[in-house]
Amino acid sequence: MGIDFIYPEFEVKRDRERCIACRVCERQCANCVHSYDEESGLMLSDESQCVDCHRCVSLCPTRALKIVKSDCALRENANWTTDAINEIYKQASSGGVLLSSMGNPKPMPVYWDRILINASQVTNPSIDPLREPMETRVFLGKKPDRIKREGDELCCELTPQLELSMPVMFSAMSYGSISYNAHKSLAIAASKLGILYNTGEGGLHEDFYAYGANTIVQVASGRFGVHEKYLEAGAAVEIKMGQGAKPGIGGHLPGTKIGSDISRTRMIPEGSDAISPAPHHDIYSIEDLRQLVYSIKETTGYRKPVIVKVAAVHNIAAITSGIARSGADIIAIDGFRGGTGAAPTRIRDNVGIPIELALASVDTRLREEGIRNNVSLVVGGSIHSSADVIKAIALGADACYIATAALLALGCHLCRTCQTGNCNWGIATQRPELVKRLNPDIGSERLINLMTAWNHEIKELMGGMGINSIEALRGNRLMLRGVGLNGKELEILGISHAGE
Amino acid sequence: MKRVFVDEQWCLGCHLCEYNCAYANSGADSMVKALKDRQIFPRVRVEDTGKITFALSCRHCSDPICVKGCISGALSKGTDGAVRIDRDKCVGCFTCILLCPYGAVMAGEGGAAIKCELCLENACGAPACVAGCPNRALVYEERG
Repeated sequence: MGIDFIYPEFEVKRDRERCIACRVCERQCANCVHSYDEESGLMLSDESQCVDCHRCVSLCPTRALKIVKSDCALRENANWTTDAINEIYKQASSGGVLLSSMGNPKPMPVYWDRILINASQVTNPSIDPLREPMETRVFLGKKPDRIKREGDELCCELTPQLELSMPVMFSAMSYGSISYNAHKSLAIAASKLGILYNTGEGGLHEDFYAYGANTIVQVASGRFGVHEKYLEAGAAVEIKMGQGAKPGIGGHLPGTKIGSDISRTRMIPEGSDAISPAPHHDIYSIEDLRQLVYSIKETTGYRKPVIVKVAAVHNIAAITSGIARSGADIIAIDGFRGGTGAAPTRIRDNVGIPIELALASVDTRLREEGIRNNVSLVVGGSIHSSADVIKAIALGADACYIATAALLALGCHLCRTCQTGNCNWGIATQRPELVKRLNPDIGSERLINLMTAWNHEIKELMGGMGINSIEALRGNRLMLRGVGLNGKELEILGISHAGE
Repeated sequence: MKRVFVDEQWCLGCHLCEYNCAYANSGADSMVKALKDRQIFPRVRVEDTGKITFALSCRHCSDPICVKGCISGALSKGTDGAVRIDRDKCVGCFTCILLCPYGAVMAGEGGAAIKCELCLENACGAPACVAGCPNRALVYEERG
């Protein structure tokens, strides 16, 4: 064995005064960091395996553990950061593409945090959501351009719409990238909340057909698990063209994760790698996309809205303008901070654009072209809070997709090592002894709590602005002001600077 | 009556229930003080085959054979249905341990037998194993 150039990133600090050697940490660590030494009666640790997932920290009954960043540092260098150097070491030793999980952790600007929300004072009344009705229900789908009448009768027929009790949905995460119990938690929560969750590209496990009314079924480039019944099972069908964390590339679920259930659900042989191609090989133009949209509509009898999901990239406004003419009912845009179960690090950290700018430019473009009613807009890619939801809607979105926030509610600690398959929280793993760590009764409760809390906050924020319906906030950019943004950023966001 | 039930599907085999039990019955005000550097005598035990794990404690049988067999009158079934042990009366013959079909009575520190009393006799008031179970594998409820 050669020299390992990389010093462990974390240190396991065990307070010997507190440790009762109950060995819970040892039993709970799938990375085998902790061990018990019978001879000395002491717990030991091998911090080189630690990913800082906090499973041991959270379960230690005497709070004897903490994980800290190692202060064993390379000589300070503002140009060559420790991360940059370690990545060179890794590649020099492996010869491989660097892999990462979850969203881009780099200190790129978070525009949500540079946008402030308005409130009513004196000249217009604010509304108390605890005393007055407040509508957070939204309908996603194509809206009519004008009121139509037949004789005296108003034409009320609409193309299929999705009804959500609040403007948030759980974004696509495939069965395979996350566990059965994580999917079940999302499905139960979505159906109890009156919102939707998304199967991701891995098909729909037969146990979850029961939650079909609250399920978006996804059709991605690998077409895993796609068949007529699957398309019929969901409330809507989503064509995934791209993902914010890795625009322009496909996916790869390693064969080790393709057990019997996943193999059946994905309709691929057990143990085979599930490789999603970078493009859909039948879509090379908007016209091709239109064909797939209408193939799906034909198959599902025009009863289900079709969503087209794209990653936010440089020409996003022009791309969505095309999609809005393709027959799609809903466009989902995923920003560059969106999560993933595994992506090449360079792509995750360097490709795509912020969702805030993408959303603003798309909404503006579709309005300018008079086709905003053709589609609803759903945005995702690091929606951190209800305030981000409000800001997204005021920028022009109809609803938001959340995934990282949902996983955090399930126990994810953002250690960003999903690609190893050893998720100690039972989320991004297929190992049965780890999957069982996520009890869907607890998981769904926590998701429902999170969404209920957000909905309360959404109503509070709306009430403060004197708005009693989320529909009245959509695209209402006068409710937003930028702070610390330059003229170009404000121009793209279509908002004024604070004080203006 | 309310009993402690285990759902092995969710049991992680973390053994936290054993430590919470030992702490609850220690009377100490900190787990460290109660359990550090000591052998623990929990009244719930995690059965562990390596693949399947579940926590087992007294079933509080409707017709408890341990009470019938107790030669010193230390074991009794209360009007609330809970089977309790009076450790002062116990002579340590361990007939109860031999009789219990679940293996839910065990030898305690100092020779007397111990068993789950649903934390009704200690400061918790409700089973500490259930309260501390991280995955809701243990529940305390009435079942028909």
